Amino acid sequence: MAETAQYTPRTRLIITEATRPALRRFVRLHHDAGRGRTVLLAPERIVEPDEIAVDVLKLCDGSISLGAIAVELAKTYDAPELDIRADITDLLQDLADKGYIKDHSIGDDR
Amino acid sequence: MVMIDESTARAEIICANAPEGMLAELTHRCPLQCAYCSNPIELERVNHEMTTAEWKSVFTQAAEMGVLQIHLSGGEPTLRTDLEEIVAHTSALGLYSNLITAAVTIDRARLARLVDCGLDHVQISFQDADPENSNRIGNIKGGFDKKIAVAGWLAEMDVPLTVNAPMHRQNIDNLEAVIDLAERLGAIRLEVAHVQYYGWALKNRAALMPTYAQTMRSAEIVARAQERLKGIMGIDFVVPDYYALTPKPCMGGWASRFLNVTPSGKVLPCHAAESIAGLKFDNVRERRLRDIWMDSTAFNAFRGTEWMREPCRTCDRREIDFGGCRCQAFAVTGNAANADPACAKSSFNLGLVAMAEREAETAPPPFVYRRFQKAVV
Repeated sequence: MAETAQYTPRTRLIITEATRPALRRFVRLHHDAGRGRTVLLAPERIVEPDEIAVDVLKLCDGSISLGAIAVELAKTYDAPELDIRADITDLLQDLADKGYIKDHSIGDDR
Repeated sequence: MVMIDESTARAEIICANAPEGMLAELTHRCPLQCAYCSNPIELERVNHEMTTAEWKSVFTQAAEMGVLQIHLSGGEPTLRTDLEEIVAHTSALGLYSNLITAAVTIDRARLARLVDCGLDHVQISFQDADPENSNRIGNIKGGFDKKIAVAGWLAEMDVPLTVNAPMHRQNIDNLEAVIDLAERLGAIRLEVAHVQYYGWALKNRAALMPTYAQTMRSAEIVARAQERLKGIMGIDFVVPDYYALTPKPCMGGWASRFLNVTPSGKVLPCHAAESIAGLKFDNVRERRLRDIWMDSTAFNAFRGTEWMREPCRTCDRREIDFGGCRCQAFAVTGNAANADPACAKSSFNLGLVAMAEREAETAPPPFVYRRFQKAVV
């Protein structure tokens, strides 16, 4: 295997306030009409995010940072920004560890 | 008086109880001959395979009843020359498509066409990280190099890859190399799946069964790799349940979450279900998919817990593991309604474990390769 000579180990994406998150191309937010819910369709997995997580994911288009998403949702839910930011970070880190999230702030736009 | 639109109400009930995933065995033809193939011993021949139009109708019906993900499998699904049309159809229906392939019969141009048609994800089987042993296990010359090439094309096309590595005594000592290979190929997921023993694998059990020590070591290697590769590559581990104390919750319960359609249109609650003698399976050429799912003899045979006898009937795990695997219960005890013999509560369990240990300590017999001719018993 010639290509292994140039192999660069992949690294774990760590979610921070500066992350500009987006779903990877192969992960789809899907309205499951039959069951009246929204799901994430991913390779051999179906994830059922709660309503707040769905609101977060709808804002994850790679154009704005996690910090900005927290500001926006803090207004929507009339909740402390710090709490919202912590919740979003946990949610997105969990999804990033499944391989579903990319970070446009570091030029990862695949 | 309450007004209810009956057809709407029925559709809602069906969707709420429908399986989320469906395995479509497009063909039983395959260039590989793995001795643990999950296809039945009696393989379905090409002249019995459903037409393109019939398969498209099946996928339309699946989407209507609430299926979300389609696993295009075989045999080798790329041997169907209409695969592009099938993928385009599932994509138009909004289904998430997964191609389960040995990746030895597809070139770059065709892969690109399938991706253009909307293919979402590809799973490639690797028989070992050692090329020679991989080709020996699949009984195919040059197969390994082709798999490596296809994995490389997927990375270039930014299509997610799962590596599927069936584990048994003839490759288990290379597990660390298999994990390294999957990581280097850029896989987002790796399935380390110990072979499950029914059908072809049962026939070849003595050639495949690892020792208890090998099994435990494989679990430790996987646990370490899961920690090291967190956020880089997910690893799913399917344990060999002969050495477990409790059985696997097979299929999440019979006819509960899973649906399989064979090349000729038979609808099964799991891919091995035909190994259970006496069950009759309905065909999508004769009945609608949702009717078979909701109300067919084979699907209702072991649904829920009503069918259970002791020790399952009063077991506090009956809603957790659902009595384990019906196919394994039939294969080992002769009655599919018995507890899975992999359960320590089964009267067959001690004999099963002793047999596994005895076989694993003896030199492996040659493989009975999976072939279309009637197998020698």
